[in-house]
Amino acid sequence: MSRFSKSILVLALAGASTAGFAFDKYQGIGRQATTAEVAAWDIDVRPDFKGLPKGSGNVERGQELFEEKCASCHGSFGESNEVFTPLIGGTTAEDIKNGRVGGFVKGDIPQRTTFTKVATISTVFDYIQRAMPWTAPKSLKPDDVYAILAYFLNLAEIVPGDFTLSDRNIADVQKLMPNRNGMTTDHGMWPGAPAKKGGIGNGGKPDVKNVACMKNCKAEVQIASTLPEYARTAHGELADQNRSFGPVRGTRTLGPEAAKKAANATTLELATKNGCMACHGVAGKIVGPGYNEVVARYKDQADAEGKLVAKVKNGGQGAWGSVPMPPNGHLPDEDIKTLVRWILSGAK
Amino acid sequence: MGDIDNKPGRLRLAPENFLTEEQVRAVGAGRRSFLRKSFLAAGAALAAPIAARAADGDPAILELPEWTTSLGQPVAVRPYGTPSKYESQLLRRESPGLTRVGGASVSFCPLQGLFGIITPSGLHFERHHQGWHDIDPARHRLMINGSDPAFLKKPKVYTMDELMRLPSVSRIHFIECGANTGLEWGNVAVPTVQYTHGMLSCSEFTGVPLKLLLEDCGVDYRKARYVLAEGADGSSMTRTIPMEMVENGEVFVAYGMNGEMLRPENGYPLRLVVPGVQGVSWVKWLRRIEVGDQPYATKDEAVHYIDLQPNGLHRQYTSIQECKSVITTPSGGQTLLDKGFYNVSGIAWSGRGRIKQVDVSFDGGINWQTARLEGPVQNKALTRFNIGWVWDGKPAILQSRAIDETGYVQPTYGQLRKVRGTKSIYHNNAIQSWKVVESGEVTNVQVL
Repeated sequence: MSRFSKSILVLALAGASTAGFAFDKYQGIGRQATTAEVAAWDIDVRPDFKGLPKGSGNVERGQELFEEKCASCHGSFGESNEVFTPLIGGTTAEDIKNGRVGGFVKGDIPQRTTFTKVATISTVFDYIQRAMPWTAPKSLKPDDVYAILAYFLNLAEIVPGDFTLSDRNIADVQKLMPNRNGMTTDHGMWPGAPAKKGGIGNGGKPDVKNVACMKNCKAEVQIASTLPEYARTAHGELADQNRSFGPVRGTRTLGPEAAKKAANATTLELATKNGCMACHGVAGKIVGPGYNEVVARYKDQADAEGKLVAKVKNGGQGAWGSVPMPPNGHLPDEDIKTLVRWILSGAK
Repeated sequence: MGDIDNKPGRLRLAPENFLTEEQVRAVGAGRRSFLRKSFLAAGAALAAPIAARAADGDPAILELPEWTTSLGQPVAVRPYGTPSKYESQLLRRESPGLTRVGGASVSFCPLQGLFGIITPSGLHFERHHQGWHDIDPARHRLMINGSDPAFLKKPKVYTMDELMRLPSVSRIHFIECGANTGLEWGNVAVPTVQYTHGMLSCSEFTGVPLKLLLEDCGVDYRKARYVLAEGADGSSMTRTIPMEMVENGEVFVAYGMNGEMLRPENGYPLRLVVPGVQGVSWVKWLRRIEVGDQPYATKDEAVHYIDLQPNGLHRQYTSIQECKSVITTPSGGQTLLDKGFYNVSGIAWSGRGRIKQVDVSFDGGINWQTARLEGPVQNKALTRFNIGWVWDGKPAILQSRAIDETGYVQPTYGQLRKVRGTKSIYHNNAIQSWKVVESGEVTNVQVL
């Protein structure tokens, strides 16, 4: 027996609970995390509020913060469905009393919002703290998170307008969540121990049972749904999404005219996504010149495409007035060329 | 159709070579009568030379192509190889209108054109929760700690250098998003297998069993029954994993994928591999593992990835991807070239183990035949199946039905909806049906 494995034996015997396996076995690999390191990364907050930072924030402060940092995506009242699904809405005083969202029980809920679903306020605290705002995650202080959460809770009519949420009362608030009794783990899709053995599932028992019949399994084939016509073309030209040889061809769903239109729609998306359409109209000036004006000026110039590609890429000022065109060096050259060709061809 | 001389590779040029683009489109659109006429027209228009050549044989053989009569490219022109220029159509694609923000979206894998079971790394489906980054591996760390100091003797930090010195495993596993086929719960919604089933990929992953790392930190399995996995991206995505799956050695932290490092979109330089469990639990850009004594109810297991049932309750912590299969060739949005023989091919998988059998029906599920499984059949991996079929030109409905080693049989839409309704979003593993009509066009239909 080598000295190395002897030392393992000693360690294993020293820690009864880990006896029989390899604690600190791999020499020179890994090191102890410092307290500061663990504190920097261990930010999770559990349903029992383990990990919750101390702090507080009120509804009013939350509203200010939300308007400043969150409303552009979520709408001023967390109701917007434009960018993400709504945060707030669809819950009633009755739901808060029962802990079940009536819209789910009756099956007539028009829109699932975060507050119709979530059973644990800890989840929302954890998520805002770790991931919000969208473009600057982890920039909120604990007090900010409490304030924003207080604003949510007020919008959902769970707490009054003068409420201050803190680490001391958040567990009480969790007991008012409208869907707190709306979750079940009685299913076969948890791969760990079942509830009766201290786990959370049913032990892996499936809820649906089919049998492998082979012959004359039914009298007739019942077709419940077919592809709607709009869905046939909504994903573009399917012929271009399959190999051009082999046992099958992609079905031609659009035809040449429609395919051209779809390609242009994609370019319009490209222009929109990259902010071009915020300053340029197709048929008129917004901040910068309209594409029709650009075409009128450049169409007879030699290498109009090359010149415009350079303009888009490097930006410029003076040709169309004093408002500068910002450089777009971050865009791939191919995208800039596509955009310029589209503009020169009439942006249709 | 049926005229043997009119087929590609016969004594005529392939349609693409002598039909106009418009005529080729008509073939693709399934306008067969038009096609018959245009063959005559095209033959007449091209007149003598074609006829003369046809008498001798196929010009693709008789006229030596430029690749046979000239010097080819030297080595290392493409130091990192790329597909042929003729292979530009099978791409990851988004489903229009599904999401509104690219950073919290999905791109679907083009299953309709793939072979075997390994997904090319560049076509692996994507799902990001707050955009992806290309992380500097020299600055990436994996931390392992406990929710309570008593659960782990020593919280530790590992660098990539250190992780890659440890004993490694390489295993082939499928990864499927819990919401795969989720668009189809209520009715047919999308046209092709890329959009019905394309949140699915399969790779060989290489890495270190999490069990080894937890034991290296001195975990106390009696107290710590749950694992929290956390990403290093902006969302720092978190999910709860059962300790049973770690103890049995299946869960590992992976850095390798298909022989090279993970792609950035798939978690470079480190991700969790949780075989058989939905993709959201395979946390990418993995920075931290915490062991604890209760599940965490994170955003993606308390707001999303919860399955609404007809009684108004949401199933929480649904994780296993149950047995499922789909025919990929032929499939929705494709058109068969002609009557005659086809190798009908598809994939099957189960989060509970190996695939035991796949049956295929050509009549909408009245009669079934057992397909050939291409081996080796592996645990919690895609399994390719094939079966021969002679299409007689008449309407048909193709289905596949997989059975896994537990004996579980993939359910029909009718069976699944009876228990779970139509609003579950997640975990739709129903039998997929593809309808073939006389023109050869294949479309997506649902059979109860």
